[in-house]
Amino acid sequence: MPRVETYATAAEAVRALGPGARFLGGGSLVMIDVNHGALGVERIVRTTDPALRGIRVESDRITLGAHATMAEVAGARDLAFLAPAALAVGGPAVRNAATVGGNLFAPHPYGDFAVALLALGATVHVADGQERPLDEFLDERSGLVTSVSFRRPDGGAFRFRKVRRVRPAGASVMCMAALLNRSAGRLSNVCVAYGGMAARPVRARAAETALEGVPLDRGGVRPALERAVEGLDPPTDALASSWYRRETAPVQLRRLLLGEDRG
Amino acid sequence: MSGTPVTFTLNGAAAGGFADPGGNLLDLLRRGVGDRTPKYGCGQGSCGACTVLVDGAPRLACITLAESVAGRDVRTAAGLGDGAGLGALQQAFVDHFAAQCGYCTPGMLMAATALLERDPNPSRDAVVDAIGGNICRCTGYEPIVEAILAAARGAREAR
Repeated sequence: MPRVETYATAAEAVRALGPGARFLGGGSLVMIDVNHGALGVERIVRTTDPALRGIRVESDRITLGAHATMAEVAGARDLAFLAPAALAVGGPAVRNAATVGGNLFAPHPYGDFAVALLALGATVHVADGQERPLDEFLDERSGLVTSVSFRRPDGGAFRFRKVRRVRPAGASVMCMAALLNRSAGRLSNVCVAYGGMAARPVRARAAETALEGVPLDRGGVRPALERAVEGLDPPTDALASSWYRRETAPVQLRRLLLGEDRG
Repeated sequence: MSGTPVTFTLNGAAAGGFADPGGNLLDLLRRGVGDRTPKYGCGQGSCGACTVLVDGAPRLACITLAESVAGRDVRTAAGLGDGAGLGALQQAFVDHFAAQCGYCTPGMLMAATALLERDPNPSRDAVVDAIGGNICRCTGYEPIVEAILAAARGAREAR
């Protein structure tokens, strides 16, 4: 059984990490491996550092502490736009444990909240003081995350949609998030992110390109729907086949973009 | 006795036990303290049978590090009774045939307790959301939802 080491600060926890150790946040991912004897390391490292908790809203910048839970995000008065993404994670008890930082490490088909953060263009802050774009961070998923920050989206610009077979708490067949910035009535600098469509949350680059400069209506988004899965090779798993994901993604993307059904 | 000593409040009384290295709260409650009301279902936070309240919020004991509840308030279905009898929510489950095999029932009761403490007048959708992380393979959920709504009505009428 792994030994648990609890540190007062994130800096101490970082020094304690290394070969043979794994960091534990809320426990909703790591404790599963512990329970099944599959952790593969001798030490669990955790921290009670209060700096990792909390949600800060400063002018147009929002910072979520790595230890902020999905329940805290969902209940934050200033983050109503983000509540659907936080509420997409598990049931109430899971959301009281699952953290913002942990969701960045969630394996497919989990990690719905990371998809939302990816669409928001979030920056990941790690304990060594460095920061990286989330898209880059997801390539390696390493380091002790202290917080995630992003610019507050314009009103109504952020969209999130989760497709699941089991309601209300079921894993994603796919989930999608979009940041629909506009300039002079047309889409500009759009960001679209998918979960469940690859081994990690990914940007839908072809669809983003097709959305540039078009009006947000059925005709405007049609080229993006045709390129919805371009460059992607969705996985087959117990929830859905690659074929199913590929065939239905354009429909789900249309619903996301046009707000036809926020389901 | 080996392991890490963990002391906390359990259903209003001081409690404690020795947690295995990396051990979870469910093991501590069942084997360390002797409260067997939280059930082991999946061990991966998927079924809700081990739901307990930690500082009033529902948590899955199987994926909660035992050491993390040191000094905190833990409640289980063992604390829901009214003296030697059933509590009102438990009685509502009986009255509405909300338990068949009963394995999910302690977790359902704790998820519902958290809801009713937060929202004494929940909508049906709120009840469904509250037990959304709790799996029942017997009842089809409707009797459970009806029992929780009935318990809420009963509490309001009693005030």
